[in-house]
Amino acid sequence: MRSEGRLNWGRALIGWTVALGMFFPVFWMFLTSFKTEIAAVATPPAVFFHPTLQNYSAVLERADYLAFAKNSIAVSVGSTLLALALAIPAAYSMAFYPTRRTRDILLWMLSTKMLPAVGVLVPIYLLWRDLGLLDTVFGLILIDGISVLPIVIWMLFSYFREVPAVILEASRLDGARQAEELFHVLLPLCTPGIASTALLSIILCWNESFWSLNLTTVKAATLTAFTASFSSPEGLFWAKLSAASTLSIAPILIFGWISQRQMVRGLSFGAVK
Amino acid sequence: MANVELRKVSKRFGDHEVIHGIDLHIADHEFIAFVGPSGSGKSTLLRMIAGLEEVTEGEVLINGTPVQNVPSAKRGLAMVFQSYALYPHMTVAENMSFSLRLAGVSRKERDEKVRAVARVLEMESLLERKPRQLSGGQMQRVAIGRAMVRQPQAFLFDEPLSNLDASLQGQMRLELVRLHRELDATMIYVTHDQLEAMTMADRIVVLNHGRIEQMGSPMELYQHPATLFVAGFIGAPKMNILEAQVKDVSGQLLTLLLANGESVTVPAPRQKPAVGQKVKLGVRPEHVALQADGELRGEVEVLEHLGSRAYLHTRLPDGTRFVVQTDGDTVAHSGDRVSFQLRTEVCHLFDAAGRNMRRIRDEATFSTRENHA
Repeated sequence: MRSEGRLNWGRALIGWTVALGMFFPVFWMFLTSFKTEIAAVATPPAVFFHPTLQNYSAVLERADYLAFAKNSIAVSVGSTLLALALAIPAAYSMAFYPTRRTRDILLWMLSTKMLPAVGVLVPIYLLWRDLGLLDTVFGLILIDGISVLPIVIWMLFSYFREVPAVILEASRLDGARQAEELFHVLLPLCTPGIASTALLSIILCWNESFWSLNLTTVKAATLTAFTASFSSPEGLFWAKLSAASTLSIAPILIFGWISQRQMVRGLSFGAVK
Repeated sequence: MANVELRKVSKRFGDHEVIHGIDLHIADHEFIAFVGPSGSGKSTLLRMIAGLEEVTEGEVLINGTPVQNVPSAKRGLAMVFQSYALYPHMTVAENMSFSLRLAGVSRKERDEKVRAVARVLEMESLLERKPRQLSGGQMQRVAIGRAMVRQPQAFLFDEPLSNLDASLQGQMRLELVRLHRELDATMIYVTHDQLEAMTMADRIVVLNHGRIEQMGSPMELYQHPATLFVAGFIGAPKMNILEAQVKDVSGQLLTLLLANGESVTVPAPRQKPAVGQKVKLGVRPEHVALQADGELRGEVEVLEHLGSRAYLHTRLPDGTRFVVQTDGDTVAHSGDRVSFQLRTEVCHLFDAAGRNMRRIRDEATFSTRENHA
């Protein structure tokens, strides 16, 4: 009994340490965004200070935050929808009609994530230029959707695998054609899994910076480009950069907070049987 | 309603052949059971009829029309699965009416049909529940209801009672028999439990390694098992098998020398075996009586009381296990020596290949082959 109690305490301690360790940089950034530039770089770091909103007003004055935010929303939601539209049939086919090569295909898809994006920057840039997709929201949706696709397929595949094939067979005997089987039975059954996959994909696309920095300039630039624009070569303005970062991550943090229950439910999904 | 015909149907998974050219005709309104141990191919056969499994070779015909290339959805069959396979996200009523919804039947008509079936199965109070709120027996009822709502050409059952407890199984067996009578439908029923097949089916098909071992009415299989396999599979507890050698043939009687050195005399089959031929004597536990001066002796290992009757598990001197059905009030202890008498007129004689020798007279070719051996 006593050793079990100590074990629980130990676990709680580790859990809290990890959680606080991960949260601290975000918290520090949040604090810094309310400091003056001088207080922001003070050594030792200022813990108590007079909060100011001047960084926020400066940041919002310099850039059209809403335009960037709109692009971020369009790109993360758009890429996620694109990825889901491609991944659902792919995962369905691999989960319920596996062949000898299915495992290899899954691994191959995942292996594309191991390729550094910069390795294909030049060909993608040239392609996007010739297709007129540079600095367009659609162009960014396309590249982000493709980048997130392997993860989306993997997640959906594992959710679909949890669904007993016999339920789909029952629907076939009930007269369902393939599309009906998918839309009336499989997808409703996997709603928690699909939702958490979508949430994760939205978060990944929201935070994606490589392609948005390299393929957009003004019109299609997202909040990651907005943040990056505040790290200037003439010297860092930590407080303003923190304010811009806070503004960039605030929507997704709030979104994540609201949907965390759904996320956890989806990630621990498998209670169909 | 439908008749179903299989013509030289075989199934291969890769190089592995699991069904070997099966021919079978299932008549309209028939209740037929496929029985066999796991791996015998009974479920695969059912799934091929359902269209869930492709037919490698041969033809499946429903009402005379080949259906190998017809998708399951269009075969007009309904299936009840072992795991029930209810749609977890739908209510009972939605589960039952799903096929009608797909067929474009109006909501009003759907409701009426679902209610009518629910009334027959006495589960009207469950209609608004989700499957996870149901007990196993209730889920099974819903699965059967879902099949009934479609008014299918034939019902396919894949071990539907295996997940239920014993008392519920008994109840559902009766219910299925009643349904079969009321619906007057063709029913194909797969089970590994010979009791289910014996109690419900008009005809039983015994499968072994993807081949039909024997088919016939339950009593035919019980009284005249064609092979050792069928003899061991039909009837519980299993038929006792004693190794023996033909010692003497005289008139209509055959004297057998058992492995333990004792002799028994049994009626001879028409085609008489040669003296010295090795045979197997099959005796059902219910065809043995305890008797003080009986021809067989054994030592009691366990006495199993079932109330109205008891099973005496004994071991013969040569180590063969031998089960005897006795009265419920039998008293015996482990280690007791008992002797018993066989009802030889209902014993079975199998040749070395496991074929029942009573049937020798029907199979002239078989006896010539045997003479060569």
